[in-house]
Amino acid sequence: MINFLLLPILIPFATAIILMFAPKKITFQRTVSMIGLIAATVASFTLIQRVHTLGIQVVTFGNWPEPFGITIVADMMATILVTTSIVIALFTVWYSFRSIGIEREQFFYYPGVLLMITGVNGAFLTGDIFNLFVFFEVLLMASYLLSVIGGEKKQLKESIKYILVNVVSSALFVITVALLYSVVGTLNMADISVKIAEIGQPGIITTIGVLFLIVFGLKAAIFPLFFWLPSSYAAPPIPVIALFGALLTKVGVYAITRTYTLFFVHDIAFTHTLLLVLSCLTILAGCIGALSTFNVKNIIIYNVVIAVGVILFGVAQMNEEGLMGAMFYITHDMLIKAALFFLVGIIVVITGTANLKKMGGLIKTFPVLGWTYLIAAFGLAGIPPLSGFIGKMLIVKGGLEAGNIWSSLWILLSSLVVLLSVIRIFIYAFWGEEKTIVPLAERKSYKALLIPSVLLVAITVFYGVGAEWITPYMQDAVDVLIDPSVYTDAVLKE
Amino acid sequence: MKMNNVILKTTVQVSFFIIFLFSIHIFLAGHFAPGGGFVGGLLTASALVLLLLTYDIKTVQKLLPINYMMMTAVGLALALGTASISVFFGDAFFKHYFSHFEIPLLGNTELHTAMLFDSGVYLVVVGVTMIIIQSIGGDE
Repeated sequence: MINFLLLPILIPFATAIILMFAPKKITFQRTVSMIGLIAATVASFTLIQRVHTLGIQVVTFGNWPEPFGITIVADMMATILVTTSIVIALFTVWYSFRSIGIEREQFFYYPGVLLMITGVNGAFLTGDIFNLFVFFEVLLMASYLLSVIGGEKKQLKESIKYILVNVVSSALFVITVALLYSVVGTLNMADISVKIAEIGQPGIITTIGVLFLIVFGLKAAIFPLFFWLPSSYAAPPIPVIALFGALLTKVGVYAITRTYTLFFVHDIAFTHTLLLVLSCLTILAGCIGALSTFNVKNIIIYNVVIAVGVILFGVAQMNEEGLMGAMFYITHDMLIKAALFFLVGIIVVITGTANLKKMGGLIKTFPVLGWTYLIAAFGLAGIPPLSGFIGKMLIVKGGLEAGNIWSSLWILLSSLVVLLSVIRIFIYAFWGEEKTIVPLAERKSYKALLIPSVLLVAITVFYGVGAEWITPYMQDAVDVLIDPSVYTDAVLKE
Repeated sequence: MKMNNVILKTTVQVSFFIIFLFSIHIFLAGHFAPGGGFVGGLLTASALVLLLLTYDIKTVQKLLPINYMMMTAVGLALALGTASISVFFGDAFFKHYFSHFEIPLLGNTELHTAMLFDSGVYLVVVGVTMIIIQSIGGDE
């Protein structure tokens, strides 16, 4: 079954097509999208096992020889990210049943989610730089729909900004690919890597590397290119924010990681130092934002920016510990961000406000929600048995090994700010005197929303406690990142 | 006062079929000459737009009772289905097959599964264009 690695892309796509036949039938929409996502989850977990036992999986469309056709490559890094994103989509769809509203469900909400997952998985799995662009557009088109669906004034205003930024960055992406193509004459990522190694990365390739950093940095929201993210992400409803916050920026981070470990590895002193400086500044910007606001959604959104900085700091080290930490941290961060957005969404439903100062005393009436939130918050900050610990520890270790002592301390310091920012939500919303609570009749959905959120937090706890079991898989991923020839040999079959 | 644009209507009745046939020609010629599903689809859609300019939306909908959303979905399904044929033969995804057939009237003809994929593209292009134009032009 040489096409097995395509299933995580094809199943969501086929499901989205089936859903388009009856957009108004809500039961049909819900059951079919759930079935599709469960099938995709099973397929992607099987794929992890296959990649672990059989090595990197490669298929080139239409049986064309290797650098000429479009290649899809499932190495362990891509496969882990694909699995994580499908799991998150599964929980988001489950969470959406009671939170997104019937009007949106009848207007292609579920096809939008599934097409976005198609794009995200395609971007993770592709081995062709222009195909990466196409999958970026697939996921962006679907995300435009999701950000504007419902048509509230705020959404319309913010989606214009969001679309404008992404159109500009996509145009820049095409220009950069054109430049790269004119220099190396190929689009296959493995072939590009080999060609760049042959010519030894002259100045023009380094320039292209920086251009790629700008392009993917706009998608991933690194400092100074994160300006669009906080307000654009605050506008759509909670399940959509959870999807965006967990997946979209991480695709940009993945693309930076891929290009900076596969292509631009011959002038590390310049490119990776630039990445290091920018990631530290990204963390600073995120920390300032997270402490500046009393809006619960915005606090978590600024934490997305901090996490992007932390992961890229790990990538910038270019040693085994740093990359291993980045792999652990990106998976952890996708899961925990989705869980935190879910929980914050429940808090907003219960209190009817997103302003922290108007909340209080929820722990008496909602103990399960309170303690789940506390566990998720500790997980985000990286308290030892929980999921954020191992990734951040390895990243700091990698930083110290590479001799970046001050910036590694900076990462540790940022953990304190992260903890402070999320614990502030706990203190304001759950402690103190009881304030406004929406009456019971208007919030029947509380339990239906709580179950997926608690399960997702349980998964992150398992991810942290069971790090030992996950390590061999992460090791597979890092082996490819640390040595590009593993990737190129697998694709070009030399 | 209602304008009686009989000249426009008569001309469109003739030119619609010419444009439509030309679009089918462009669509079928795509493998060996400039053309293909995308241009063919756009040209068909422009013939339909000409009908929309001459008559109103309701009349055109009554003339051609097509649900364009369905058309788009069928087109996507056709494209995905064609690309997946090879999966069942153990080849890589998107492998196309072709062979020569003796067809009465046409003689020796080459039939290629890329044609089915192109039909999918054609349906999607016509469907999407018409959805855009109808939803902007109509007033609920």
